[in-house]
Amino acid sequence: MAIWCADLALDRWRHSEGCQRGEGTDAAPLALITETAHGPRIDAVNQAARAHGIARAMMLADARTLCPTIEVRPSDPAGDLAFLERLAIWAQRWGPWSAIDPSDGLLVDVTAVAHLFGGERRMLADVEARCAARGLHIRTAIGPTAGAAWALAHYAGQAAILDPEDDVSARLADLPVAALRLDNDVLLVLKRLGLKRLGDLAGIEEGRDRKGHNDIRGRDAIHRRFRNRKSPAANPLVRMDQLLGRVPEPLLPVVPITAPMVQRRLVEPIRHRQLLDTVVADLAEDMARTLEARGEGARRLQLGMWRVDGEVLTRDLEMAAATRDPSHICRLFADRLDDIDAGFGIEMLRLRASWSQPLALDQSDLEAAAEQHGTSLAACMDRLTTRLGRDAVQRPVPRASHIPERAQSWQPPLEPEPAEQHQLAFHTRPLKLLDRPERISVLYAAPEGYPRRFSWRGQVCEVARVEGPERIAPEWWREKGSTRLRDYYRIEDEAGRRYWIYRNGLPTDGRGGMPDWYLQGLFA
Amino acid sequence: MDTSTLPKAAELAVRAARNPRWQPDAPMPLHSEIFTPATQAVGAGAAFAFAQDALKGAAGDAASLEERSILWVQDARAIKLGGRPYRAGLPEGLRHRLIHVAAKTPEDALFAMEEGLRCRDLAVVVGEVAGNPRALDFTASRRLTLTAEKHGVPLLLVRLDAQADLSSARMRWRLTSAPSSPPRWNIAAPGRASWHAELFRARAHPPGEWILRDEPERLAAERVQKAPAPDHGDLVRGSGARSLAAL
Repeated sequence: MAIWCADLALDRWRHSEGCQRGEGTDAAPLALITETAHGPRIDAVNQAARAHGIARAMMLADARTLCPTIEVRPSDPAGDLAFLERLAIWAQRWGPWSAIDPSDGLLVDVTAVAHLFGGERRMLADVEARCAARGLHIRTAIGPTAGAAWALAHYAGQAAILDPEDDVSARLADLPVAALRLDNDVLLVLKRLGLKRLGDLAGIEEGRDRKGHNDIRGRDAIHRRFRNRKSPAANPLVRMDQLLGRVPEPLLPVVPITAPMVQRRLVEPIRHRQLLDTVVADLAEDMARTLEARGEGARRLQLGMWRVDGEVLTRDLEMAAATRDPSHICRLFADRLDDIDAGFGIEMLRLRASWSQPLALDQSDLEAAAEQHGTSLAACMDRLTTRLGRDAVQRPVPRASHIPERAQSWQPPLEPEPAEQHQLAFHTRPLKLLDRPERISVLYAAPEGYPRRFSWRGQVCEVARVEGPERIAPEWWREKGSTRLRDYYRIEDEAGRRYWIYRNGLPTDGRGGMPDWYLQGLFA
Repeated sequence: MDTSTLPKAAELAVRAARNPRWQPDAPMPLHSEIFTPATQAVGAGAAFAFAQDALKGAAGDAASLEERSILWVQDARAIKLGGRPYRAGLPEGLRHRLIHVAAKTPEDALFAMEEGLRCRDLAVVVGEVAGNPRALDFTASRRLTLTAEKHGVPLLLVRLDAQADLSSARMRWRLTSAPSSPPRWNIAAPGRASWHAELFRARAHPPGEWILRDEPERLAAERVQKAPAPDHGDLVRGSGARSLAAL
């Protein structure tokens, strides 16, 4: 369904003046003008002025020569557009979605809707009645495509209805080519080509000229003539196809967006700052809930305060990033409320988020939940790894090797353990292993080979008990040939200190001189 | 000050009597400190023994505790002095559950311990800090105690080569190694770990000394009776290091 507000600018002006059509100020010739570089130009004229022969797009100077008494008012195209947007949303009462057809029309999708209003004819009557009640002079039409409805609304008289079963091209054949929603220069070209009616164009497309002779070059010729025009408004063939529904015509629907708004009416007008802060905090909480429900955060907030004497005080707030943190909002507003003059008291407060942006929901009480129930292992490991680094948080895992320090490797804490062959626990291993075996100086060696007394880190150990040797040969397949074997001893000194020491090599292995002794591990 | 709220001397005596001596199966407080020399691994060993004992004691949710991880936090100096954990030497049930944190500074170690205490999926946190770092003051220790008690994760803080300065730990031990009992089949070999433990401050127990033995199934404790002070007759007692002439 197409709705054409034929006199939108003047209807709005009449509404603002509060006069009926053809009465009061409207009875005299009047024009709405815009200032252009070449002087004032007429945008819209009323009935009385039209009777004097004044038309839109005329210069005001020319109009004055025709009718010296013409009144002028500035036109308001931006206001017209805004009104049209509101009207488009209002028009969704007749269909699920509507689109603006600039500059003065609406398109409403009424597919399978008309029966709700008692048929298409009665629906159009309803549209006209309601628009007339709003003081709008409109023309409506229903067509199978948006283009057809538009053409009928503009050029086929009042309340035209085109059934899809009808022959669309035949029904529209008599309409002028201007019904194709084309630009002015294209219309001029078509006029010069002698194509004045839609039927002419359709005939050429179908390969017939007006006399019924076959001429398949017609469409090719027009196609060639407009081959550079990609925009539908500049290409009559595309418009024609859209009109007949051969190609789709996407429309941009109007979606109403309501700004989140919360308000508090107060039983008792407040006059003190402390109470005002409390109410603002309540409003901020409400606003946070409202925004959270919509998954949005506010960029701009407007706080309106209605005083008892009818004065309205407003304070605006704009945030650098979308937020809905109530305490943040309160803190920001606290600075803006210092110069409020409450007068006899403020009786209503309203907080409105006039600009909001999508803001994903987040779990704001993550810390609180962690405080209460503790963190999960993964979260704990994340925190540790973030602060201390990946290498600092690790888990020891076994590795297939005989060499004690190679028999264990480290991996990130939450990775699964690698598969391993079960290790035979013939020998006790120390609880802690030094990063690098430390050399000990043997003060007195027993004839059996192990030291009876040695010093390590400046302290002397008298070995009281010993177990060993446990001989661990080097891994010849990966180490140099000169690597010496190790004889490990588990020892305990007289004070009960238990260590794991080894002799690196044998005196007679021919891989160096006398072997050194090292301390590698600490038993519990 | 209202003196009526303070306990009377007689009550104190009764309270001391009510506080039982520490036993291995006594409930473990959530924050304990163990002072050990850095050249011995007794601290970590005893910590694991205590922890295992306590975990066994918590029979109710034993199944859930069974698979919870254990966090072992060391600062760089502790690693340098005492080495890193060695998987093959860990108690059998704890090997696959250990997570090791090598913190560079004591501050990082404290952070890691606190984060570990906050984690509900950890069975126990063992910390190892060398010396008396400035960061580990009474406030930090109180913080650890509160966190541990809030979240119910026990902390065993091993202090290597440290003075027993101010701390809010509920139980403070001083441990050194003790000669082990000889194994049955080779009396010349070192046996299972045993420690000389001195409980010098505890909230629920009077101080005392024990020889702890890490038995396969449990922690055995054997009370050390202090030798009675030698009788010096008429000599002035308690002169300490001062000259007798000064008295």
